[in-house]
Amino acid sequence: MTKYESLINDLAPRKFGKRGTIWTFILVVIIIIGLIAYIDQIRQGQVVTNMRDYALWGIYISNFVFFVATSFVGSATVAVLRLTNNSWRTPVVRIAEIISLASIVMAGFTIMIDMGRPDRLLNLFIYARLQSPITWDVIIIPTSIILSFLLLYFPLLPDLAILKKHHLKTKPTFSKWYGKLSLNWTGSKAQKAIQSKSIKIIAIMVIPVGILLQTIDAWLFSTTYRIGWDSTNMGAYFTSGAFVAGLGALITVVYIIRKVRGLEHYITDYHFDKLAQYLLVTCLAYVYFNINEYLIPIFNAPAEEEIHLNALVYGDYAGIFWFSQIVGLILPILILLFKKGRKPLPMFIVGIMVVLGSWWKRYIIVTPTLLHPFLPIEGVPESWHHYFPSMHEWLITGATLAMALLIITLFVRFLPVIPIQRTAEEKGLLNTDKKAET
Amino acid sequence: MGNKKTQAASRREFLRNISNGSVLAVSGLAYYSLSSCKQPSEEKTTLLTTDGKLVKVANSEIEEMEHLHQGASPEEARKGIPGKKFVMVVDLAKCKNAKKCIEACDKHHNLTPDRPYIKVLEMQDNEKSAPYWMPKKCFQCDNPPCVKVCPVGATYKRTDGIVLVDNERCIGCRFCMAACPYSARVFNWGAPPEGQLDLPYSPETSLPSKIGTVAKCDFCPEMLRQNKLPHCVTSCPNGVIYFGDEIDDTVTNGEETVRLSTLLKEKAGYRYMEELGTKPRVYYLPPVDRLFPFEETTQENSES
Repeated sequence: MTKYESLINDLAPRKFGKRGTIWTFILVVIIIIGLIAYIDQIRQGQVVTNMRDYALWGIYISNFVFFVATSFVGSATVAVLRLTNNSWRTPVVRIAEIISLASIVMAGFTIMIDMGRPDRLLNLFIYARLQSPITWDVIIIPTSIILSFLLLYFPLLPDLAILKKHHLKTKPTFSKWYGKLSLNWTGSKAQKAIQSKSIKIIAIMVIPVGILLQTIDAWLFSTTYRIGWDSTNMGAYFTSGAFVAGLGALITVVYIIRKVRGLEHYITDYHFDKLAQYLLVTCLAYVYFNINEYLIPIFNAPAEEEIHLNALVYGDYAGIFWFSQIVGLILPILILLFKKGRKPLPMFIVGIMVVLGSWWKRYIIVTPTLLHPFLPIEGVPESWHHYFPSMHEWLITGATLAMALLIITLFVRFLPVIPIQRTAEEKGLLNTDKKAET
Repeated sequence: MGNKKTQAASRREFLRNISNGSVLAVSGLAYYSLSSCKQPSEEKTTLLTTDGKLVKVANSEIEEMEHLHQGASPEEARKGIPGKKFVMVVDLAKCKNAKKCIEACDKHHNLTPDRPYIKVLEMQDNEKSAPYWMPKKCFQCDNPPCVKVCPVGATYKRTDGIVLVDNERCIGCRFCMAACPYSARVFNWGAPPEGQLDLPYSPETSLPSKIGTVAKCDFCPEMLRQNKLPHCVTSCPNGVIYFGDEIDDTVTNGEETVRLSTLLKEKAGYRYMEELGTKPRVYYLPPVDRLFPFEETTQENSES
C-alpha cells in the first residue's frame, strides 16, 4: 500500500460503529419527539408555548440567532483564513463548511417554527415589502444557504472522484453515486482552472454575505424602539459574537471527529493551537463589544434602561447573564492564554463552554428586553410578567439542535471530513502516486 | 328473461321518477319560499347597489339578507374613510379607572378579559407627584413603527389616520408587536373565543379573530362609517375620551363637543413619548384638577 492509498483509507468516510449508530438513533428520536410537539403547536396554536403578549419572542428566536451565528464559521475560517494565506486551515475547513451549511439550513427552519401562520409562508413573497428587515432576512438566508452549499461542494469535487475510484470494487453503488456527484471530475487543467476560480469567487462573496447575514439579524432587533435592542452597536456586536460561537462549535466538532475517526495525525496539537489563538482574538473582540453594550450605559442610561440592566446584572436574569459572560467568554480567554490550555482536550472543554455560553447569550439578548417595555405591564395575568420556555418549546428547540447535529453526522458519514486531494498535494504524495499509476 | 328485464327497467324508471320528483319538489319549495309574496313570474325589481349603481334583478334571484353591522371587505378597508382624519383626546383628570371602556371594547371585539385592546395603566411620573390612571389604546401613529417592519403589508396606515391589521394576510411573525413602543398589540396565541365567528371577516371590526395573527385597537371604523362614536367613548361614564376629526377641528365625548385646537391649547395636551417621533393620533390632557381622588383598584371602583 502506497502512502497515498493509506491516506485515502484514513480519510475516506467510514461506516458507523456502535457508538455512531446509537448517537444517530438518539438524534432521530429527539427529532421525532420535537416533530410531534411541533404538530401539536400547529394544531393548538402557539398557546402551547410560554410566549405571551409581552414576551412575544422566546427561545425560537434566540435559537434562530444562535444558528445564524454558528453559520458564520464558514466565512470566518474558510474565507478569512484563505484570504490571509493561513495554510494550517486545510484539515478543518471541510468541517467548518459542514457546520456552516447545517446551521444556516436550521436557521431557516427555526424562524418558520416561530411563525404564527406557517401556512401563509408564501405571503412573504406574494406581498413582500422591501422596507421590512424580515424581507431582508428572506433574501439573505436563502443566499447564504446556496453559498454555503457551493462552498462545501466545489472543493469536494476532486475528493468525490477519488472516492469513486476508491469504492469501485468494494461498494459499487456508493462508487456510482460519488461518480455522479463528482460531475465527471477528471482533474484536467481546464477543470482545475474553473474550480479554483469558482472557489475564489465564492470565498470572497461569502465574507460580505456572512457579515450581512449577521448584521441583518442584528437589525431585526435594533430597528425597534426597545431598551437593550435600540443600539447602533448591534451589527458589529452580533458579527463579533458570531466569530466566537462559530469557532466554538468548530473546535468542539473537530475534537469529536478527530477522536472518533482517529485523525490525530492529520489534526494535530499545532492545529488546535492555531484555532485557540484565533478563538482568543475573537473572544477579546467580543469582550470589547460587551463592554460597549453593558458597561458604558452605566454613565448615561435612561431610567428604563437602568431597570433593564439591573435585571441582567442583579435581577431575574443574573444567573444566565453571568453564566454567558463568565463561562462563555471570560474563562475561555483565561484558559486560552496558557499554552497548556491550547491543547486538544482543554480546547474541547473550552469549545463546549463557548457554545453553551453563546446559546444562553442569545437568550439574554432576546428575552429580558421584551419584559421591560416603556409602559408598565398591567392588566394581564401574573404569569405574563415572566418568561421561561414551555415543554413544547424545549422539545421543538431540542429537535432543531438534534437536526443540525444529524446533518453534520450524516455529512461526516458520507463525505471525507478532511480534504483528501489537498492534503495529498500538501504532503507531496500526489506526484508519486501518478508515477505509480502510469 | 325478457320479463325480468322489463321489470328491472321499470324499477329503474320508477326510481328515476321519484328522484326527479323530489328534485322538483325541493326546488319548488325553494322557489316558493323566495317568492312567497310575489307572483311566480319573470318579474324584475330595480335595486340600488352599495356602490351606487341601479341594477335590475329577477325576483327569483332576490334573497333577503340579515342586516349586519359589518365592516368593509379587506380590500375596501385599506382605503379609509374619505375626507377624515380621526383623532382622540384622553382627559386624564377625569379617569377613575371605571374600566367601562375596556368592557365595551372587549364585548364588541369578542375579547377575553386577559387580552384586552384597551388597558388602564397606573402611572406615576415621579416619586413626589400623585399617581393617575392612564387609559391606553393603539395610538394610531402617523409614523407607525409597526407598519414599517411588517414584511407582508398586513398592517397598514389609512388615509383617515387609522392603522389596521388584515388578519387574512398576517403571517404571525409578531415583529409589529416588538416594534410598537407602546405595547398596543395583542396576539391570538390560541383559538379565538367562541361567539360571533360566522361573520364575514373585516379588518374594520377585527372580527372574527383568527388564530396565529396580531390584533389591536382599531378605533371602531365600522361605527365611524355609520357616523357613530367608538364603543370606548360612548361607554365611559365620566366623559374621559374625546373623539373626532382633525380636519373639522372638533372632538366630542358624547356630551360636549369642543374645538380640538382650543382643547389642546388650553389644557396643555401632549402625546405620550413625543420624543420617539412616532406622531401618535391620541393626545392626553394632564391629570390636573382631578374629578376623583386616586384610588387603587378595588372591587368597588372597578364595578361602579
